[in-house]
Amino acid sequence: MREIHCDQITAAVRECVLKANVELPPDIREALNQAYNREDSSRARQILKILLTNAEMAEEKKMAICQDTGLVAVNIDMGQEVHVVGGDINQAVNEGVRQGYRDGYFRKSVVSDPLQRINSGDNTPAIIHYQLLPGDHFNITVLPKGAGSENMGQLTMLKPAQGLDGMRDFVVRVVKEAGANACPPLIVGVGIGGNMEMAAYLAKKALLRPVDERHHRADLAVLESELLEAINRLGFGPQGMGGQTSALAVNIETYPTHIACLPVAVSLGCHATRRSSCTL
Amino acid sequence: MKRLRAPLTENAVQSLRVGDEILIDGYIYAARDAAHKRMIEAIVLGQDLPFDPRGQIIYYVGPCPAPPGKVIGSAGPTTSGRMDAYTPALLERGLRGMIGKGDRSQAVVEAMQRFGAVYLAAVGGAGVYLAERIVSAQTVAYPELGPEALLRLEVRSFPCIVAIDSYGDNIYQEVRNRVNSQYYKEEENDQNKRPAQ
Repeated sequence: MREIHCDQITAAVRECVLKANVELPPDIREALNQAYNREDSSRARQILKILLTNAEMAEEKKMAICQDTGLVAVNIDMGQEVHVVGGDINQAVNEGVRQGYRDGYFRKSVVSDPLQRINSGDNTPAIIHYQLLPGDHFNITVLPKGAGSENMGQLTMLKPAQGLDGMRDFVVRVVKEAGANACPPLIVGVGIGGNMEMAAYLAKKALLRPVDERHHRADLAVLESELLEAINRLGFGPQGMGGQTSALAVNIETYPTHIACLPVAVSLGCHATRRSSCTL
Repeated sequence: MKRLRAPLTENAVQSLRVGDEILIDGYIYAARDAAHKRMIEAIVLGQDLPFDPRGQIIYYVGPCPAPPGKVIGSAGPTTSGRMDAYTPALLERGLRGMIGKGDRSQAVVEAMQRFGAVYLAAVGGAGVYLAERIVSAQTVAYPELGPEALLRLEVRSFPCIVAIDSYGDNIYQEVRNRVNSQYYKEEENDQNKRPAQ
């Protein structure tokens, strides 16, 4: 049994949130750069240039890329051979978030109750997902996601007869309805299959994959590229002010489902989809 | 690139047209969801607002805390649509400008035309780039709201695009009309290709 102390988990989560909020992932930066070189519209180019400059400034000044430093989703993939010692693992994760948001001078954007709406003051609690697998690994991934994009995500339970076409229509429609609000160019996470909560979880998980990496299954890789083309044909462009780049990537994740079900969830990531991982 | 002094005169508002790129110098107010809710409650109760909105610009922003040596943390615009329900009452009381991101409701656009106001878009997600154009920040009201407190900001060369002008011309609507025509054209083609259900 491998032992991991709660203090190690706190320190790792703190580091992850500090890094994620300040350093735009290199794959996204490169995709924005390619979009800048490809765009014809001068307004689109100007907006992309500002976003690239902003990413550089954030890293140099150690300031948050975007003031909406989000509600933090923390995914923990852990081996069943790991024994967590020294306290409560959930508290350890939240303590890491608390310290990172304090030390990074990040905005505290969490209200303790969805109806009473009083700010919790330290950006906790995080949303924590555990995935238990054989082995003794311990990987932490954080996704501090802002609400501009989060609010525009959608989920639908299609009929199996609606099939591939129904799925495509839904994904494009979600992006169309989001318009400028989700801060395009977007990263479009699509979860297909499972049940209701699984589809939503998959859509989120899809956002963690780099934008330059297509699905390992050839048919889904083609589907991702086709959907990206369809979305970019819409013409929303950066910030919804027109242009060819409405999305940087479409990432799909799937799971087996019920004979009567075809759940599809779409989670939209903004142009500053922030993620960071570490291994203990 | 036009330069604009804030607060705004009636003439300045009238001179702005959709798509104009501008740089703002002067004083603006920062307020988002919770501060708007408080202001509207004050109006309903017949109380004074924490500032006189006549001629002023409200920037929809909830900034990050200021790191040491800075006047403010990252400070890009939030989605303006969430403020739509509160906005006409402020426009009626003389508010002349708003800075945010994303489209506004028809009710807001109509109130802007009626009372003479302009809606400006700043680049969403450019939090550090925009914070660098803010030279001072002071809490005016509702400090207990934390990141949603009402602030007075002094800005220099703060970059915006006129998204909706006082004549009702709307950049988002123009783009959306083009998007819709593309979308429905493709949908029609797809329907023709598919077997009847």
